[in-house]
Amino acid sequence: MTEVGRARRRKEDARLLTGRTRWTDNLQQPGTLHVMFLRSPIAHARIARVDVSAARGLPGVVAAFGGQDFAEEQGSLPCAWPVSDDIVIPDHPPMAVSEVRYVGEAVACVVATDRYRAADALEAIEVDYEPLPAVLDMHDALTEGSPKVHDAGNQAFSVKITSGDLEGAFRDAPVVIDRTFIQQRLIPSAMEPRAVMAATDGDTFTLWSSTQIPHVLRVMLAVVTGIPEHKLRVIAPDVGGGFGSKLQVTAEEVLCLLLTRRLGRPVKWTESRSEGNLTVHHGRDQIQHVRLAAEADGRIRGLQVDLLADMGAYLMLVTPGVPMLGASMFNAIYKMDAYEFACTGVFTTKMPTDAYRGAGRPEATYAIERIMDELAAELGVDPLEVRRRNWIRHEEFPYTTISGLTYDSGNYEAATDRAIALFGYDKLRAEQADRRDRGDAVQLGIGVSTYTEMCGLAPSRLLGMAKYGAGGWEHGSVRMLPTGKVEVITGTSPHGQGHVTAWSQIAADALGVPFEDVSVIHGDTAIAPKGMDTYGSRSLVVGGVAVLKACEKVRDKARTLAAHVLECSPDDLEFAEGAFKVRGTEAQRTIQELAYAAFTAHDLPDGVEPRLDSDATFDPDNYSFPHGTHLCAVEVDTETGMAKIRSYVAVDDVGKVVNPLIVEGQVHGGIAQGVAQALFEEAVYDAEGNLLTATMADYLLPSAADLPTFVTDRTETPATSNPLGVKGVGEAGTIASTPAVVNAVVDALRPHGIHDVQMPCTPERVWRALEGARR
Amino acid sequence: MPRIAVTVDGVSYEEDVEPRLLLVHLLRDRLGKTGTPVGCDTSNCGACTVMLDGKSVKSCSVLAVQADGCDIVTIEGLGANGVMHPMQRAFHEEHALQCGYCTPGMVMAAIDLLRDTPDPSEEAIRQGLEGNLCRCTGYCNIVRAVRRGAQEMGQAARSS
Repeated sequence: MTEVGRARRRKEDARLLTGRTRWTDNLQQPGTLHVMFLRSPIAHARIARVDVSAARGLPGVVAAFGGQDFAEEQGSLPCAWPVSDDIVIPDHPPMAVSEVRYVGEAVACVVATDRYRAADALEAIEVDYEPLPAVLDMHDALTEGSPKVHDAGNQAFSVKITSGDLEGAFRDAPVVIDRTFIQQRLIPSAMEPRAVMAATDGDTFTLWSSTQIPHVLRVMLAVVTGIPEHKLRVIAPDVGGGFGSKLQVTAEEVLCLLLTRRLGRPVKWTESRSEGNLTVHHGRDQIQHVRLAAEADGRIRGLQVDLLADMGAYLMLVTPGVPMLGASMFNAIYKMDAYEFACTGVFTTKMPTDAYRGAGRPEATYAIERIMDELAAELGVDPLEVRRRNWIRHEEFPYTTISGLTYDSGNYEAATDRAIALFGYDKLRAEQADRRDRGDAVQLGIGVSTYTEMCGLAPSRLLGMAKYGAGGWEHGSVRMLPTGKVEVITGTSPHGQGHVTAWSQIAADALGVPFEDVSVIHGDTAIAPKGMDTYGSRSLVVGGVAVLKACEKVRDKARTLAAHVLECSPDDLEFAEGAFKVRGTEAQRTIQELAYAAFTAHDLPDGVEPRLDSDATFDPDNYSFPHGTHLCAVEVDTETGMAKIRSYVAVDDVGKVVNPLIVEGQVHGGIAQGVAQALFEEAVYDAEGNLLTATMADYLLPSAADLPTFVTDRTETPATSNPLGVKGVGEAGTIASTPAVVNAVVDALRPHGIHDVQMPCTPERVWRALEGARR
Repeated sequence: MPRIAVTVDGVSYEEDVEPRLLLVHLLRDRLGKTGTPVGCDTSNCGACTVMLDGKSVKSCSVLAVQADGCDIVTIEGLGANGVMHPMQRAFHEEHALQCGYCTPGMVMAAIDLLRDTPDPSEEAIRQGLEGNLCRCTGYCNIVRAVRRGAQEMGQAARSS
């Protein structure tokens, strides 16, 4: 039985379940000092004065600094994705020096012997602000005469991509649907708040951070701080979730490095949750104007997308790239003759936005799947039928879409048929009709989402064409130890995804060794030196494949060695169950025995180096395109506005599966986050630019009591872009589920004349929509 | 500074503490019991849940001085002799954790839930764990794990 495909229980669990964890805040160096930051309470202001002198004298306080104290050495936080040639990338000092542009921006810091002393000392810092007008609304920000966030104006960039004859597609089109959807701002809310520790021996520096990207971070921190890259080691210890929020080069990471350099002592900063809501980059926040032209039978002629994307106050690591990741995805699984995507990035005096689970693709999928339901309603046909008339049929793969991507494989029919069966689609439609006929106060809505997405970031060549600042390859290496045990070193940086287990399964199969004999090392630039880290559902489809390729190289070397030891030609050997056997004889050597022979090196063939180990780098030639069909039934109480999910079915096609347990878990969690956007979550700023949802008490993360059990199943259409046949899974659930839920809510309300409910579809929003329709 | 006496995972401590010191910071920063994490500052997330004299509390919302004379069990003290508690095993079997940050609190809250409701329905589990947030799992497998843990604890109780 192969390991790949088995529902292995995770190797990671035992430590996590018994509290033997290595969260960054758990770590302690002798003499560690605690850092706390004073943060702007005003959205936009000139800093007239920062006085930290009173803080410096307080008990336990070692140092206190304002932004001016770092002005010469702090550099600017990087943006690695300049999406257009004329993009405006404003200077982004880690600590504000002369002006603050969002509530929460750091203006001063205290370094003290413990966190309580540091908190006390923050109170003693005096800051004088000269308020400037807040800039909050994207439309207003782009009008002439608007107050400016930066001197260069409020537009960061504007891009337009056109394919086909859009004007022709809309000219005399029998059906045109025109909608504006709002992607509300979200707070990613990984359960582990960010934490950073930095230490130096005077020559070299070590930074521990709750990050998804130790490798990218090391490069960027070297560039920002001027610490030579080879003198800087970055470690991602246990990391408690990320969802894109820890794909960042943060002010706190830079400032902790500068503080340890200045003070010569280890420093640690741990964020409070309320601090995190203000200052961990936010997600989404787009206004989407979408127009769709169709034939009378529902076949799509053209699609026009015009986005305003809220950048917030600065461009962080991939801020402008996020909406661009959706640029090729609004057309989704559908065939059409023309497509236009336009996007304007807008500065506001809010926390910058950046990658959050799905990053650009949930936004695109939401818009297209919502408007497909609107098209179905306009035509009076079933929403699944309108999709069938437009989607790429399974026999048409590989298929190059109107936006220029080539989908390698897929079978939308199979996933949809399976979902319909599991959901009991016809029966629920019958119940819906019955409730409508009866005028039941609780109406039933059925929502459809037949999504695909591009992930597995990514082919380096394509990233370069998209103006991203780095590549998308991944690295793996394999060391067979003298005792035959195996160490896999990966450049991916897991924070809940189970890479230790999954990579063990891949290596166990490739080398024919027991699953238990493999350990996986990650997240430390000194011992896993090459990597591009974990985001964009890339780890398995790029990093897992790199591990496979490294194993194959080890196996090839072992074959040479086996032939030498067994005195035969390598071609006479067959490899099975971890052993090289001479065909037609009993003679054999296991790969684990050969590891010892390669270690002693007493009798190696000429030109063969000691040790059985290898490195491999994989750079795919295409993205991966998971897809699936999600169906959601929602009961909407028309008297209270309460929308409650009654049943949810997800059938996903993520290609070959390494560990079905892990895949199902990722789908569950992904759906939950997508449902959360649909029904619960929204980051709200008031008219002065204060974040009203600055605590977990105000920002509603769903609990177990708020969510149903999700029914999940899979179809399996292997990817052709990698030898494992795998596709990404980490973001798929989130991308798929939001439109499924909102389509269900709107479907329940459509007889009341309602065609949209703005997310999150809270009882108040639904009730107001009903009240508006009654009037 | 008040002196308190607490027992944590079977070990007795006497500590001089500031009155404002939170129990979770006593555990983590003073006693090195870092198995109990902190996830928020408004007592919403439940990651820091421990047992205080047999009942679950959010240790970010208890002052260390309030724990004077109390017996505290954290996730680190649940198992015995290197064997995991049935609820920990159930979380492993059902893949009820991903990043693992909420897990200590979730396991403690689940055990506490079973004190009152030894054989909870899915609905009772969902309501009972309302004060513990997880961002990774979507809760499906946590609910399964608590069901399994309850069954195994029930069997263990009947056979002893």
